[in-house]
Amino acid sequence: MSALFTELFVPFSYDYMLKAMWVSALVGAVCAFLSAYLMLKGWSLMGDALAHSIVPGVAGAYILGAPFAIGAFFAGLLAALGMTFVKARTRLREDAVIGLVFTTLFALGLLMASIWPTSVSIQTIVLGNILAISDEDAFQVVVIAAISLGVMVFIWKDLMVTFFDESHARSIGINTQLLKIVFFTLLSACTVAALQTVGACLVIAMVVTPGATAYLLTDRFGWLIVIAVALGAITSFVGAYLSYFVDGATGGVIVTLQTLLFLAAFYLAPKHGLIAARRRGLAPEEVAA
Amino acid sequence: MDAPNRAYAPLIDASCPSIEVRDLTVTYPNGVTAMRAASFDLGPGTICALVGPNGSGKSTIFKAIMGFVRPSRGEIRLCGLPVEQALKRNIVAYVPQSEDVDWNFPVLVETVVMMGRYGHMNFLRNPSRTDRMKVDAALERVGLSAYRHHQIGELSGGQRKRVFVARALAQEGTIILLDEPFTGVDVKTETAIIGLLRELRASGHLMLVSTHNLGSVPDFCDEVVLVNRKVLAAGPTAEVFTQKNLEIAFGGVLRDFELGGRALHEDDDTRRVTVLTDDERPLVFYGGKARRRKEAENGTREPEAK
Repeated sequence: MSALFTELFVPFSYDYMLKAMWVSALVGAVCAFLSAYLMLKGWSLMGDALAHSIVPGVAGAYILGAPFAIGAFFAGLLAALGMTFVKARTRLREDAVIGLVFTTLFALGLLMASIWPTSVSIQTIVLGNILAISDEDAFQVVVIAAISLGVMVFIWKDLMVTFFDESHARSIGINTQLLKIVFFTLLSACTVAALQTVGACLVIAMVVTPGATAYLLTDRFGWLIVIAVALGAITSFVGAYLSYFVDGATGGVIVTLQTLLFLAAFYLAPKHGLIAARRRGLAPEEVAA
Repeated sequence: MDAPNRAYAPLIDASCPSIEVRDLTVTYPNGVTAMRAASFDLGPGTICALVGPNGSGKSTIFKAIMGFVRPSRGEIRLCGLPVEQALKRNIVAYVPQSEDVDWNFPVLVETVVMMGRYGHMNFLRNPSRTDRMKVDAALERVGLSAYRHHQIGELSGGQRKRVFVARALAQEGTIILLDEPFTGVDVKTETAIIGLLRELRASGHLMLVSTHNLGSVPDFCDEVVLVNRKVLAAGPTAEVFTQKNLEIAFGGVLRDFELGGRALHEDDDTRRVTVLTDDERPLVFYGGKARRRKEAENGTREPEAK
């Protein structure tokens, strides 16, 4: 019994595990904060596109020995310019343009990683590797996530009005254009941060699932953010912790946990859950009451 | 253009609310001139309909009043102030079209109304006691106090509209812009909204209502601005809202049924019934005059509703 107990606390005795758990929780929290907004505007897949587009930047940065955040920034910029250019010059719809540009950049990243396998591993970029993150990389992730969280705490209400009713927001003097630029800058930065914890393929889950789960649980936007952030932070912390026992694939564990919570909410949510809806269907007078 | 019928409005301030549009020309970056040399004046205690076919520049006028587009020529003054300053003082409130609202957005009725107060708060948007009181008062006034903790999508069509009117009231905007308030609402709701607008008129508000609902315009609008890429006519409803003007404004767009006259039957009644409709409540001309709904219902002519 006590042996099992000791075993459960083993991850806390390793510095690299503590670092992984805390960094993951911070990244999970800030991605969840952004997810509250992203899914409301039907922009969820934007996170996916971003995550794939910055892969060549991160790969390039590792090859050159530069900070990964700088490489990601330039790749993100390249993606945005590429999408604008293709969209302006063709009759293609937006989804086709996004699909075209981000897969091209992702492919470029994979190519770079396979040509210079010693300085950058495909596995790290695609699946993330928070358990083996270097101190410099961890520092960059923490700075990005902390700044993003700080900014969001200040602008969350203005962003809510902007996303809900842009005309009204502008009519009361909110600079909606600037706010949207700030939001997408934060989203890009947090996508880069999440790349380190869960990898390019699963970033999308981090910026969608917590918000989607919270959406089923509340009709108040303030609470939606609180719930989403709590879910994001806790699943990321616990996910990193559990990955010690299943030996690797932190991203997989975190996202699986988030999905399990989403399914629970999907069935059990007091108002918007499947079971509640069924019960209402059987007893319609309850709704009126 | 002169402005009659102002005498009944209990004014907050002799010059406010007011809209002055002078020689407004708006050309978009793509080269399309959506509005050319538009001029009109509106004063306190007025409900003014903004009428014109789709693409006639109704929304351009709204956007110019809210400062979203810069006039390439001319100017707009709101309560005597340039648009930018008027917006800073929360003079202009906007009631969006129902189609433009995401009714699944996770916000409660009271949260939406509180958004009207944001312009009065500091940058963190922390509501003060005054803000809460004004929200309570606005909800009370539109009769939605019992629904304040409902998510907006749970409301009926008329209630949904009233949430945004309450927001405008909480904002304390004296100029209220209503974008197609009657689209997709039933007649009962329409009557309720019109009743609310009349109350606001009585307290001195200036309302500019863009609408396709031609039939209800003579019912509740004191003035009409008729547009089609320019202002075709502006002034008191009785003078502007005529069959001739509407035919000029809408060209072939309106559906026009004639239900009487020599062509259809031989009798002594030489009055013609003309029904003009732009998809919503039709406008009926009977013997050359627009019929108000009250007359049509009661068969008698009522004095101007005050």
